[in-house]
Amino acid sequence: MNGSAQEVRGARVPPWRNERVLRVLAQAVVLLATALFVGFLVRNLTTAMAERGLSLGFGFLDLTAGFDIAESPIPYRSTDTYGQAFLVGLMNTLSVSAAGIVLATILGVLVGVARLSTNWLVNRVASVYVEIIRNTPLLVQLVILYFAVFLQLPAVANAIELPGAIFLSQRGLFLPAPELTPSFGRWLVFVAVGLGVAVAAGVVAARRASAGRPTRRLGMIGLVTFVAISVGGWLLAFQAPIVIDLPARERFNFVGGMGLSPEFAALLFGLVLYTAAFIGEVVRGGIQAVRRGQWEAARALGLSERQALRLIVFPQALRVIVPPLTSQYLNLAKNSSLAIAIGYPDMFKIGVTMSNQTGQPVPVILLVMGTYLVISLATSLLMNIYNRRVQVLES
Amino acid sequence: MTSATLQPPHVRVGPIAWLRVNLFSTWYNAILSLLIGALLAWVILQFSGWAVGAARWDVITRNMRLFLIGQFPGDQAWRIWLNLAVISGLAGLSGGSAGGAVRTLATSVAAAQLLFAGLIAVSGIGLLGSVAYLANAALVWVGLVGGMRRLVPQRVVTIGWLVSLPASFILVAGVGDTAIPSVSTNLWSGLLLTFLLATVGIVLSFPFGVVLALGRRSALPAVRWLSTAYIELIRGVPLVTILFMADIMLPLFLPGELRIDRVARAMGGITLFSAAYVAENVRGGLQAIPAGQVEAAHALGLNGFLTNRFIVLPQALRAVIPANVGLFISLLKDTTLVTIVGLLELLGIGRSVLAQSESLGAQMEVYVFVAALFFVMSFAMSQASYRLEASLGVGER
Repeated sequence: MNGSAQEVRGARVPPWRNERVLRVLAQAVVLLATALFVGFLVRNLTTAMAERGLSLGFGFLDLTAGFDIAESPIPYRSTDTYGQAFLVGLMNTLSVSAAGIVLATILGVLVGVARLSTNWLVNRVASVYVEIIRNTPLLVQLVILYFAVFLQLPAVANAIELPGAIFLSQRGLFLPAPELTPSFGRWLVFVAVGLGVAVAAGVVAARRASAGRPTRRLGMIGLVTFVAISVGGWLLAFQAPIVIDLPARERFNFVGGMGLSPEFAALLFGLVLYTAAFIGEVVRGGIQAVRRGQWEAARALGLSERQALRLIVFPQALRVIVPPLTSQYLNLAKNSSLAIAIGYPDMFKIGVTMSNQTGQPVPVILLVMGTYLVISLATSLLMNIYNRRVQVLES
Repeated sequence: MTSATLQPPHVRVGPIAWLRVNLFSTWYNAILSLLIGALLAWVILQFSGWAVGAARWDVITRNMRLFLIGQFPGDQAWRIWLNLAVISGLAGLSGGSAGGAVRTLATSVAAAQLLFAGLIAVSGIGLLGSVAYLANAALVWVGLVGGMRRLVPQRVVTIGWLVSLPASFILVAGVGDTAIPSVSTNLWSGLLLTFLLATVGIVLSFPFGVVLALGRRSALPAVRWLSTAYIELIRGVPLVTILFMADIMLPLFLPGELRIDRVARAMGGITLFSAAYVAENVRGGLQAIPAGQVEAAHALGLNGFLTNRFIVLPQALRAVIPANVGLFISLLKDTTLVTIVGLLELLGIGRSVLAQSESLGAQMEVYVFVAALFFVMSFAMSQASYRLEASLGVGER
């Protein structure tokens, strides 16, 4: 190998056969072609935009929006700027995505475990659910949920009442909500003290365990102290730190509790039901990927069933689960853009409204796509960090 | 098998024992079974009560034609039938000669056409449609028999597929003022448009995706960065935003005189989008090729292009067929998003049917019908893809 390389060098390769020259040349050609193509597109874009009086500037963000937004987690009036309106859309996208990710993970894990259940009925129901959800378009599921379910619910007067003071009506879904009272701050001090004791006990226990000395149940003692101090603090505070606020029926709507609009509820349920089917398959695959021998070995070592699951099977399954789970989370966030079909004011819908009102679609599209890209990249970055921590367990 | 060979002992489990093992093995399983059983019975009773009693299925049957071919002119419908006939025959031939999953797929094409024949017969929108679908199903069967007997050489079938794709597109689109007058894309709608969007999307994005995948694994940094940037950019944004961009910005990117209509814009958007996903699938296949294969090719004196053409790609592409069938299924489902930019594919046609005054309040019927059509198509394809995966042994290597 070495000899032949020297021979080749000695033979003075002409430049058109020299691999290094060719590589540089090939890259230069590709870059030049791409630059020319992009330049061609941009030139067309600028001429077309000049002809139609469009601009690329983002100055419109400071203008008055002049349209109302049905729901907004931050204060917003139609006299606010376009920038503020876009921020409302972003907050709405983020809130539905965050709630969706949490709920879809819970439901997805349940579905995944159900698909592995030895109970025939549970197993069948879970697989039929997964097949139906995965083989129909999400958009169709969303319009069914919104137009055929939530909009067809009875009026407030005949609202459907579910156990636990949950009301379903045309106005949406109303749930009991926890509400903080003025004594919450005092109670928080107790909780913090308890937590401090528990953490200290845990650290000591871990030190002793790694030094090979008996832990004397320090972890358990810490936990009990924490619970005792928190409960004591709850009782000592003059009023309960957290009260449950129940929704109450009035003539035209509910007051109190937590109200979800029909649009938000339909979008959230749709995204959760859809993504949970996929997460269920991911979880099932992850658990099945852990070989049976691992269970058997854990039992042979004398670990209990719970210990085997927690210490042997779960960490290994997690390693398989996390990467596809990440892409499911990303899909959920991206799929929340289908909100436009059912009128929930997410970032995309507000972007479309802005583009129609300002007549400047190009910067609006760039802004919306750029924001989605940032959300996607940030999520995958976070999940990659978590993934690396999970994978480190291997060593 | 001789009489001396004993069959394995056949364990007969009585229904009681079966129930005991599968439903009531522990106390919590028993509670779970009872709860879920009751819930399931309630849901099934409610749904079947609605489907048989309250549901107004006449909204569907009255508009069956709209759902299937949309506003495609009635006197030109034969072009769609001819198209379907060619595809049915080819599917039969391929299924007959290839067997396995391809045969399953061909059989489900025939089954789907029988289903449509039945739906049209029930709807009473003319006997012609039913007969045409029945004839097509028969054609699949003829093709299957022909394929099994090897009446047509494999090469001819392959060429037939390659020619039929552009040919059927031209047949649907039409040419100027000839015997097949051009049909404005405004009239392309319903299931027809759904199929056209998905097929054009996957066919056009495939070569682009392969190039991107090779680019992402290229030894040249500039090529690698460009490909990676494109793939990650596209995968980071939702399809709706790309469709919206294609709808508004594609005309701006083209030179002033060149105009493209809405369907073409949507197809462009779908192609740009799915190319990134094809690329990631193909990259998976490329990574599965052992490095020894490339080294052996180099040792034989093949250059980079020849190595890819004869050694790497044939193996990689074979390995990613199931993944690409999966992509086609999700693309088929994703075509519903073009409703958002105002095209009338299956879901969009459903919405326009709901806008008729006679269809007021029939949301559930229309959307359930649309969902059921998607379910049938995508379930059949995903089953075929599982079989394909098993027969290729992709998961085992």
